[in-house]
Order: sequence, then C-alpha cells, then structure tokens
Amino acid sequence: MIDHAMAAPLKHKYFTPGVWFLTALFGSALLIALVRFIFGLGLVTNLNNGYPWGIWIAIDVASGVALAAGGFTSAFLIHIIHKEKFEALSRPALLTAMLGYTFVVIGLLVDLGRYYNVWHPLLPVMWQGNSALFEVGMCVMTYITVLYIEFIPIVAEEYRNRVNLPILKFLNRPMGRLLAFLDSKMGKFMFIFVILGVVLSFMHQSSLGALMVLVKTKMHPLWWSPVLALEFLLSAIAVGFPMIIVESLAASRSFKMKPEMSILTPFARYVPILLGLYLATRFADLTIREVWHYVDGSLESRFFVAEIFFGGLLPFFMLLSEKIRRSPKWLFIAALLVVLGVVFNRINVYLVAFKPLYVSARYFPTIWEILVTLGFVAGLILVYRFIVIHLPVIHARRDAS
Amino acid sequence: MQRRDFFKFMGASGALLSGASVLGAEHQSKIDPDNVVGVLTDFTECIGCRECEWACKNAHEMATPPLESYKDKSVFANYRRPDETGFTVVNRFHEKGCTQTDLDVKVQCMHCNDPACVSACIVAALEKQDFGPVTYDAWKCIGCRYCMVACPFEIPAYEYNNALTPIVQKCDMCISRLDVGKIPACVEICPRNALTFGKRSDLIKVAREKIADNPGKYVNHIYGETELGGTSWLFISCEPFDTLNFPKLEQASVVTLPESIQHGIFKYFIPPAMFYGLLGMIMKLTKPDSETADNTNSSSEVHHD
Ligand code: SF4
Ligand code: SF4
Repeated sequence: MIDHAMAAPLKHKYFTPGVWFLTALFGSALLIALVRFIFGLGLVTNLNNGYPWGIWIAIDVASGVALAAGGFTSAFLIHIIHKEKFEALSRPALLTAMLGYTFVVIGLLVDLGRYYNVWHPLLPVMWQGNSALFEVGMCVMTYITVLYIEFIPIVAEEYRNRVNLPILKFLNRPMGRLLAFLDSKMGKFMFIFVILGVVLSFMHQSSLGALMVLVKTKMHPLWWSPVLALEFLLSAIAVGFPMIIVESLAASRSFKMKPEMSILTPFARYVPILLGLYLATRFADLTIREVWHYVDGSLESRFFVAEIFFGGLLPFFMLLSEKIRRSPKWLFIAALLVVLGVVFNRINVYLVAFKPLYVSARYFPTIWEILVTLGFVAGLILVYRFIVIHLPVIHARRDAS
Repeated sequence: MQRRDFFKFMGASGALLSGASVLGAEHQSKIDPDNVVGVLTDFTECIGCRECEWACKNAHEMATPPLESYKDKSVFANYRRPDETGFTVVNRFHEKGCTQTDLDVKVQCMHCNDPACVSACIVAALEKQDFGPVTYDAWKCIGCRYCMVACPFEIPAYEYNNALTPIVQKCDMCISRLDVGKIPACVEICPRNALTFGKRSDLIKVAREKIADNPGKYVNHIYGETELGGTSWLFISCEPFDTLNFPKLEQASVVTLPESIQHGIFKYFIPPAMFYGLLGMIMKLTKPDSETADNTNSSSEVHHD
C-alpha cells in the first residue's frame, strides 16, 4: 500500500519573487491589523450599525471554514472508508485544514470588538445553548486542537532522531525521546481524533448556516432558507475535494513537480456527485419554497444566477467529463470554479442577501478590509510553503525536466 | 465502488440530521408574556418635544446636551435612528394627514418577548429578564455583533471607534430605575400622555379601549402585540405603521425555528455521539481484510519502513 513514508520535505528554496510579493501583502495586513487594534474597527472598516458584519466574517471566517473542509472530507474518504489509494492527498489536506482554521481564528480576533474575551464561551456560566454561534465557537476550538494533534506524527516523523534546539541543548534528548514515543504510539489512538474531527466538522459547518436562519426578516428569500444548515454542510462537503485538487495542482506547479494526475483524476470523480447533491438540494429548496420568481433581474438575483451557474452548474458539467478530469489545466479550472462558487455563496449569504432596514448605502469593504483579507490568505500560503519545505507533507515526485 | 462510497457518505451525514429532527426539541418562550411590563406609545399624543431623548441620556449618564438645546427642531430634517450616543429618538413625519399637522414617532429597543438578540448572543451577555427588559452585560460580551445582525428591528448599536472596550448599546428600559421602583426616564418626563408604563397585558387593554372609544382616530393595529411573538413596547398610531418606517412582520417568533434546530443537534449530545459511533462502525467494517490480517500497526497513521 501507499503510505506516508513517501512523503518527504521538499527541500526547495523558500524565497522566489512571488513569495516576496506574498510577504509584502501579509506584512501590510499585519500593519492594518495593528492600526485596527490601536484605533478601533471604525477607522479601517466600512461597518456600521446596519451592517455589523463585513468581509472579515463572510470571507475570512465563513469561507475560511468552508475551504478547510478538505480536512474532514479527505479524512472520511481515506481513513474512515479506507480509500487508501488517495493517501498521498491526506497530509496536504490536513495541513491546509490546520492552517485554514488557524487563520480563521486570527481573522476572527481582528474582527471581534473584545477579542480578549474570545475564550468566554468556554465558561459554563456563559454557555448559551440556543446560539448557533456558540456551537460554532465550541466546535472550532475543539477541532483546531484535534487538527494540531493529528499533525504531531508528521513533526515527530521528521524530528524524532534529530532534535537540535539552538540554546536549550539539554532538552534535545528528552524531546527526541518524546517525539519518538509519540511517533510510535500515536497511531494506535489516532482514529479517535480522526472520527472526532469528522463529527465536529459536520456540526460547525452546518451551524455556520444555521446562524443565518435567525436573520429571516433581514435576508433575501433566494438565500434564506430553513435548511441553510444542511446547505452549508453539503456545500462544505462538495468543496473539500476541489480545494485539495486546486492545492495539489498549485503546489506541483510552484515546486516544479509532476501533477499527481494518477490520483487526482479518480479523486475528481467524487466531485460531481457531491456537488450535484448540493445543487439538487438547493434547487429542491428553492422550488418547495416557491421563490424562483425572485430571479427577477435585481442585483441580488444576478449574484444568485452567477453563483449557481459559474460556481455550481458549470463545474458540475465540466467534471462529468473524463477528458476534463484527465487534463491538469481543465481540472484545475473546474475545481477552482467550485472553490470560488462556495466562497461566492458565503459572501452572498452573509452580505449580499443581508438587507438592513434603515441603512440605505450598501456595504462595500474598504481597501484596508480587502488588504487584510488578501494578506491573511498570503500568510497562509507562506506558512504552508515553509512547512512543506521542511516537513514530510507532500509526496515528492520531482519532474525529470 | 464509487456509488457504494457515495451512499456510505450520505448515509452518515443523514444520521446526524435525522437524529436532529427526531429529537427536534420544543421551543418555549422563556417568559410569561402576561407578566411582563412594557410601555404603550401613542403617537397621536406626541408633540415631538424630544425631552425623552434628553432624559434617557441623562438617566444613562451619557454625554447629555442641555435640555434647552432639544427645542431645536432642525434635527427632524433627517430620519434618525437610536445609536451608541442615544438609545431613543423621535422622528417627525410630515404631511401625515391624520393629526392635521405632523406625526412624531419615538423609537427604541422593543424588548421583544422572544428577543432574537438574546437567542443569538454567544455568551448570554444579552438577557431577557422575567419581568420584561432585555439587558446587556458588557463584561461577558466578546464583541461579535451577531446580536446586531439578528435584531429584526435593527436596534443594537456598536462603538466602532472604541478600540479596547467597545460596548453594544441599546435601551435597557431603565432597569436600574425599575429596580428601585421608579418608571423609565422617558415615561416620567413625557409632558403629554404619549407614554404609559405598566403591565403589558393591561397596556394592551388600554390600547384596545382607546382604539374602540375613538372611532376613526387610530388605525386598528397595536404594533408589538403580535409582531414576532410580541414585544414589551407597544404602539398605537393614526397612520399605518409601515408608512412610519416600522417593519411589516409576521406573528411567528423568529427564534423558534433556529432554536429547535440547535436543540435538536445539541440535546444531550446524543446525535453527535450516535454519529461518532456510526463512523467508528463504518471505519471498522470497511477496513480492507488484507490490512487487518497483515500487521499490527495497521490502523496507524504512521508507518515505518
Ligand atoms: S428590539 Fe432588537 S435589541 Fe431589542 S429586544 Fe428585540 S431583538 Fe433585542
Ligand atoms: S456582540 Fe456581545 S452582546 Fe452581541 S452577540 Fe456578540 S457577545 Fe453577545
């Protein structure tokens, strides 16, 4: 069987012009965040009493969580129903999920007015079981811990025999022992965390949709639905594999490796099924609620049509074709459409569908909000690159050329 | 192969959700709507003196301009909303024929019977008191602003320019005054009969009588009696409320559905635990035979050469 032993640090040069650009972007995001922490949200955002949430919630948090779905969907496929031929995709997906959630939390901290109270939901006196946001908070906190635990074996595998701390040399031996111990023992109980990760993901992915069920009177009927929770769950499941595909192809390109088409092509076969299920649910919901007549040429309805067509139907039909699944370029485009489609959906649900009662000017993010959002994506890519260069995450099959 | 996996996948996801609907818990209002206090606002009595705005700020120790300055009627040029600097405002609607002159409309937090803000709050910083007021505890608040997203009346306001200790601001029905047996500051100062404080059920009777005793004076609608499950603050008017910027709302409470979903999934953690067990079973049953037979650390994540 194929196993992790083939994953290896890529030992690639870290800095390239592109990486410098991302570093600059990430740096500016940190600077803007600093300004926000000193002067408050008012100075850097376009938020107001009508629009309390902007792109930091819609993109950094809501879309971030959805796009990290590659973690639990691949864990299900590879470890729970044992499709071990896709093993090579497991670690990159885990890493993306881990970093994805890390940046979700960072983004959230920038947005929270009293960020230093973020741990309050842990206190039983403040538990509020009616709040979907409470469930999201609890699940995300637990899940992020689970993801870091799942990542330990990867660190252990690389460093168990060569811990080399700069100053604390006396710790080298105990650390090495600890890592060797974890490396040999953790596999035995790792399944507990793998299953837990899937359960937690189901819970908070759906709760991120349930969150907006409460906002019925202020939401456009094309998106508000009593089954938003189910739709968020299904779309997260549908976007998990495309995200892994996009990432794998992008990494192959960036590190000049051969695209792993022998795995990605069969892997992509699942996508139209899962995406189809999500789209069918959306269509059924829209039909049952009899809201199709809202597709009436209004701004919202145009966003709706664009979301459903470019982010749903188009990639669905593309991925039905074997030819497209075999072509690295077309597979990349189709998978990217699914990814962008889900991001578009989250933006639509959280911002476009949201109609304040008394604020007439539509919310549009400031350049600073946009820079922070882009900068954190850049930060995620930078950390990802650093980790795959130094730790055994990607199955290195260097291109001969 | 592919189809089989797919059904496994969906079967698993269905389990959580059907578990949720089986347990689909009841939603109950946390309060007895007949036992709460409230305020009845009669727009036909209001003269737009805005002394209530002054009294409100004064009672909450906010920056309060002198009472004199409230005589200035130029503020009526723009439609205003309660915000972080004032929990209540009076707006003037011109050319509303019913009063011959202008119609003045006071707004503030409705103190809903089933408050969406309370249902939303992640840390129970917002609470519905048994006797009516919806109150806020800044010390608990994490500043997520979900309460603001949730409020169907767009009431809570935020201190966006406070970098360190921003507060969600809204009317608290003067709870600290109520606690010592006083009535809300706005009601106390009102020089006319525009504001009446009392038991909500009594206020509804008063409102009904007013409407019945003055044929043609009022529209036959007590705003807040049934809107989204009812509110503590009630209004009667001589013009339809939707022409006065009040949202048209259905009777059903907005919190019922999301709270049922939430309880279904969360109740005693049974559906998540069932789902966990199911996944564990699937994991065991689908394990390839070769692997089980083949070595000891089969299920392990880490394989050594
Ligand atoms: S009006 Fe808004 S802020 Fe006031 S109790 Fe109702 S939901 Fe809460
Ligand atoms: S902003 Fe504060 S009061 Fe409002 S929902 Fe969040 S934690 Fe609760």
